[in-house]
Amino acid sequence: MENKKRIFAVLVENHFGVLSNVSNLFSARGFNIHSLTVGTTDNPDISRITIVVAEEDEQTLDQIEKQLNKLIDVIKVVNLSGQDEVIAEHVMAKIKINEKNRSDVIQLINIYKARIDYVNTETIMVSMVGNSKKIDSFIELMGHYGLKEVVRSGAIAMSRTVDVVPE
Amino acid sequence: MKLLGAQILLKGLEKQGVKIIFGYPGGSVIPIFDELYKAKKPKFILVRHEQGATHMADGYARATGDVGVVLVTSGPGATNTVTGIATAYADSIPMIIITGQVATNLIGNDAFQEADICGITRPIVKHNFLVKKISDLPMIIEKAFFIARTGRPGPVLIDLPVDVSKAEMEFENFPEKIEIKGYQTRPKVILRQVEEAVKMIKNSKKPLLYAGGGIIISGASAEFTALARTLKIPVATTLMGLGCFPETDKLSLGMLGMHGTKPANFAIQNCDLLISVGARFDDRVTGKIGEFAPYAKIIHIDIDPSSISKNVKVDIDVVGDAKEIIKELLKAAEPLNIPNWLRKVSGWKKQYPLNYDREKNIIKPQFVIEAIDRLKGDNAIITTEVGQHQMFAAQYLTHAHPRNFLSSGGLGTMGFGFPAAIGAQSAFPDKLVIDIAGDGSFKMNIQELETCVIYGLPVKVIILNNGYLGMVRQWQEMFFGKRYSATNLQPDGVGEIFDFVKIAEGYGVKGFRVSEKCLLEKTLKEAFAHQGPVVVDVRTEREENVFPMIPPGKAVHEMVG
Repeated sequence: MENKKRIFAVLVENHFGVLSNVSNLFSARGFNIHSLTVGTTDNPDISRITIVVAEEDEQTLDQIEKQLNKLIDVIKVVNLSGQDEVIAEHVMAKIKINEKNRSDVIQLINIYKARIDYVNTETIMVSMVGNSKKIDSFIELMGHYGLKEVVRSGAIAMSRTVDVVPE
Repeated sequence: MKLLGAQILLKGLEKQGVKIIFGYPGGSVIPIFDELYKAKKPKFILVRHEQGATHMADGYARATGDVGVVLVTSGPGATNTVTGIATAYADSIPMIIITGQVATNLIGNDAFQEADICGITRPIVKHNFLVKKISDLPMIIEKAFFIARTGRPGPVLIDLPVDVSKAEMEFENFPEKIEIKGYQTRPKVILRQVEEAVKMIKNSKKPLLYAGGGIIISGASAEFTALARTLKIPVATTLMGLGCFPETDKLSLGMLGMHGTKPANFAIQNCDLLISVGARFDDRVTGKIGEFAPYAKIIHIDIDPSSISKNVKVDIDVVGDAKEIIKELLKAAEPLNIPNWLRKVSGWKKQYPLNYDREKNIIKPQFVIEAIDRLKGDNAIITTEVGQHQMFAAQYLTHAHPRNFLSSGGLGTMGFGFPAAIGAQSAFPDKLVIDIAGDGSFKMNIQELETCVIYGLPVKVIILNNGYLGMVRQWQEMFFGKRYSATNLQPDGVGEIFDFVKIAEGYGVKGFRVSEKCLLEKTLKEAFAHQGPVVVDVRTEREENVFPMIPPGKAVHEMVG
């Protein structure tokens, strides 16, 4: 993760409109969202939103945490940056290939341990999991051959030492 | 017992102790109004514009400390409440807004009179609820009121589709327990923080108390007054805090901030300890933030953790309810030995009193405020609109009791004062309730004159009529080369067309007009004694400015005037 980004784990009640509340908060106050992803937890009534913010000013980060906590449907907010965290992100991409460079591309894909989901004479479609740095470098590398389409899931994260659970 | 959604709603309101609802009917709320008609309670006040209903509920809440309740229909009825909701949100006022909604199967279909009011109000409510099925309704009512009145209060919206109002279910009781995992009503006070604060206070040589609306919300005015007097620390209040500490007290410096008094602002810039209670370091108070209170350590006492160090970094924060924390501070409070500071502060009071040209033979707006202050008696409720008159009212009234001065601070909504006065009057039918208005502001909700008459609410409106949008005109004079763009309400070539007395009489309301200094007191006395609503058109000096003023972008000590 570059210096400028921080990752928050937000536990919320799985209520109608809660995602709207959270994203509204960010846009209303001008905080920069880099990525946002949401899914249910082991408890179907509780969802977990993972937000990567492109902010580094301590006062702003403090405000983000406090404002999130103010929302009625938010149960818990944890800033996972610096908490011995593991970050994972999923990326899918379509890479342009031709007969001449296909083997090279496949070799690189294997080095990155990405999975090939489809191939024809012009395109290879791959999917990969990794931390943001790995994904950034993969996309940059494949960019040299030509990217047709890229989708990133946004990061999710978990701390080795801190538990993000509702009390 | 089988009950309709509408009946459950009314039962819920009764259980919550609601005595008055302000609102306006429409298609999607007819079932509710039908039940109101049959039940005959709570009392319903029919307004003339939904915005009026929201400000009335707001004024009711500010005057009583109770939750104000609004009932309007879907679509335009709901969207007409947006300004009033934002006004309440900005000043942390407990309010419940019930909006009708189109039937659940039509939501999202661009149906007739449909508006996504939950989406629209999301940033300006504490929370909102869309009632998707009748079985959710009892819990939603409980939760809505709970959220509105606890912690830092605020408006909560309940969007109620018409088919849910008409649906039926087996109903016995409202839920006993409410569980909202993510919501903490009263943060537990950390006593160690209180001890740190006490230590810092004891060691200070030039302390200042900065008192805000939070003290009034917490019902802590008496405790705060005792604390200030025990410690012998001077007190400056925000617009929202006026009345939490009696301005007759020697320690009172009046209001601080952009149009605050010079002694209050000098005190900020020279103090070595700023103790903020229930205030949020708003930009109207701080001026240029980097130069605010340059020599002071800051203690911030507030119930909302997100207010702490939001604008100004503080040294000690004590998060919790103001009353609870002040009581803890009182336990350890002893008079400070700071005679030099107290002498300096009272010196400023003597040297820089608020003043205006008292000699000129024309009615000055400040003169009117002083007259109202003399004649209103001890228990009157004053509301204001927004602008110069509002600032004069804040400066020249002697604020001595909480919940007697109701003014839109955070949002600064013109048109607030008159309906707010009606709301306050409905809570206190026997009190003298006065709306101090500008001629611009009063026209914004003038239609509610009819509401006053129909419900026998004898509000007294005193219009400081200068034929301008005064505050903007002042800025145009000071910073825009006197280019009075769109602020002259009596433009050249047209002059004055509007006749407040005639319009008032058209509504069945007594009207007075006065333009001579010597007749003002007599007119006001007559107006206040009149049994019924009154409009007084006071013709004031056209161009008068509010001073002192911290110009925009300047530091507190760079006051002018």
